[in-house]
Amino acid sequence: MATKHDPEKTNTSIGLFGERVIAQFLRSNGAKILDRNWRIKDGEIDIVARHDSGTIAFVEVKTRSSLAFGHPLESISSEKSQRLQRLALGWLAAHHCLGVDYQIDCAAVLLGKPGEHTIEYRANVL
Amino acid sequence: MTLGMSLGVALVGLEGHLVTIDVDIADGLPGYTLLGLPDTALTESRDRVRSALVNCLQNWPNRKVTVSLSPAWLPKSGPNFDLPIAIALLAAQQSIPSEHTVDTLFLGELALDGRIRAVRGVLPSLIAAYKAGITTAVVPQANYLEAQLMSEMTIIPMTNLNELLHWLKTGQRDEVQGLDVVIDIGDELFDFSDLAGQQRARTAAEVSAVGGHHLLLIGPPGAGKTMIAQRFPGILPPLSRNESLEVTAIHSIAGGFSVRSPLSSSAPFIAPHHTATRVAMVGGGSHHIRPGACSLAHRGVLFIDEAPECGVGVLDSLRQPLESGSITIARSVGSIAYPAQFLLILAANPCPCGKFSGRGRNCTCSSQQVRRYLSKLSGPLMDRIDLRVEVEALSRVEMMQPELGEGSSTIRARVIAARAVASARFRFDPWSLNSEIPSRALRTSYQPERAAMNFLHNELDQEHISARGLHKVMRTAWSVADLAGHLIPSVEDTKIAYSLREGIGL
Repeated sequence: MATKHDPEKTNTSIGLFGERVIAQFLRSNGAKILDRNWRIKDGEIDIVARHDSGTIAFVEVKTRSSLAFGHPLESISSEKSQRLQRLALGWLAAHHCLGVDYQIDCAAVLLGKPGEHTIEYRANVL
Repeated sequence: MTLGMSLGVALVGLEGHLVTIDVDIADGLPGYTLLGLPDTALTESRDRVRSALVNCLQNWPNRKVTVSLSPAWLPKSGPNFDLPIAIALLAAQQSIPSEHTVDTLFLGELALDGRIRAVRGVLPSLIAAYKAGITTAVVPQANYLEAQLMSEMTIIPMTNLNELLHWLKTGQRDEVQGLDVVIDIGDELFDFSDLAGQQRARTAAEVSAVGGHHLLLIGPPGAGKTMIAQRFPGILPPLSRNESLEVTAIHSIAGGFSVRSPLSSSAPFIAPHHTATRVAMVGGGSHHIRPGACSLAHRGVLFIDEAPECGVGVLDSLRQPLESGSITIARSVGSIAYPAQFLLILAANPCPCGKFSGRGRNCTCSSQQVRRYLSKLSGPLMDRIDLRVEVEALSRVEMMQPELGEGSSTIRARVIAARAVASARFRFDPWSLNSEIPSRALRTSYQPERAAMNFLHNELDQEHISARGLHKVMRTAWSVADLAGHLIPSVEDTKIAYSLREGIGL
């Protein structure tokens, strides 16, 4: 009988873990989480948060368990960043707040030994 | 600080421009932008630099990297910016102190493992940097010999990036044994003593070497036309240091296919095949304008064997550089002037089958073919050729002679002495060779003696010679006189000069 996968090892669970870590990180920096995993046909926004400056930040989180395939943020192509822009505007339109200040942030979570991870947070990257 | 800078050189023809490489590492998504009109090889530098840095255990910034090469309007090409880009990147990351990076020129292509590879155009790049006030340069080890010609600068040869970083961080490096810059006189492989007989051709070659007169050799196959031409650089005076620098700079731009040693002081000898195109002859190219055969032969000899077989217009494309001593090539990427002061030696068979000489008994060509063959050498081109000699097939008497002919070094000594006389005579004039005396000066201050002029004017009256031909003979006569040690060309000198112009009635 096949043994059950360790839930910590599936890609989805790694991704969800990274998003939790970043949400925690944002909260501890005084930001308010407005939305998580907002999804439409075009794609998904991982985290929507309001920084204490009032700016709304749309956060794309990339989580990796090793650097074997390059830096996590390198996988954000120009196509992907354009989609993030569209999604951000979509969220603002859906919540009737087009015109407020917003920015797109990217965060990388790199898993190390069990229980250890490092965070890289790049604000306003696009 | 996340800014770093270093210096490189962009070459436009022989002219170099100092280029400042600025690197900014900003927050943002990982990316790499290269600004400042790079060509393909330069755009590819990103991947070479990245691999080289990573393989030398350096950090690659996973952030937004902007590399700007200024002046931004100047198109830049080639892989020789790899090294300065890598250095500026490391300086921006504070991996190396910036004290050296701001006043040192870096040249080199990076291999993926961090080795520093040879690049083209090292000498002209160094000259440009020196003119801009840079006195230290890091060059690839493989280019060290060439770089040392620039003895005014401190040259630091490096074989790989790690070695270079060690030096930048600690100031220590393996002391490189400075190669002695001995200008190599060039042990000529070909010596004139190999040539049996051919006294007229020998005289013509010697006169041609003294005055820089272009030469046409006409004769049947196997008579020794090519032998004479190949031995020609051996009787030209050695190049001065500045001339040697010029020649090496051009050959350096042309790339690594030249066998000529960068330190050689012997005159270059370039012999393009008669199928060469016009672009091969004068230079060109769409992205990168390269010097052609006539620039590679600068300060030396351009020898074209089987000249009448050349393509239409190929020989005539040489008329302009023959006249001006330089060639300007205009392409969409810009226009570039290369120097092209060369001595032209053409060799031709007398007819398509090659046997129409002497009594021409074995010649199988029709008389029309014979006439048409040499007329492929156009009139305007022939006008620029002072000396035309027939190289006859050797007779048994000449072949039987056991002693060798005169050697190159003896002839060269006479040529050097005669040139010294000429340059002393021309010390207040802007030219230095007899072939360069302008017509006006020939009519006023540089006339042969009266009896010689009478002889020439008689020939002119009998329409044996044109006015332009008369001037050509006068110039040649000065070279003959310099060789003979006469202060002014005598009747004898002038007659010799006249006979060296005649040959086949072109």
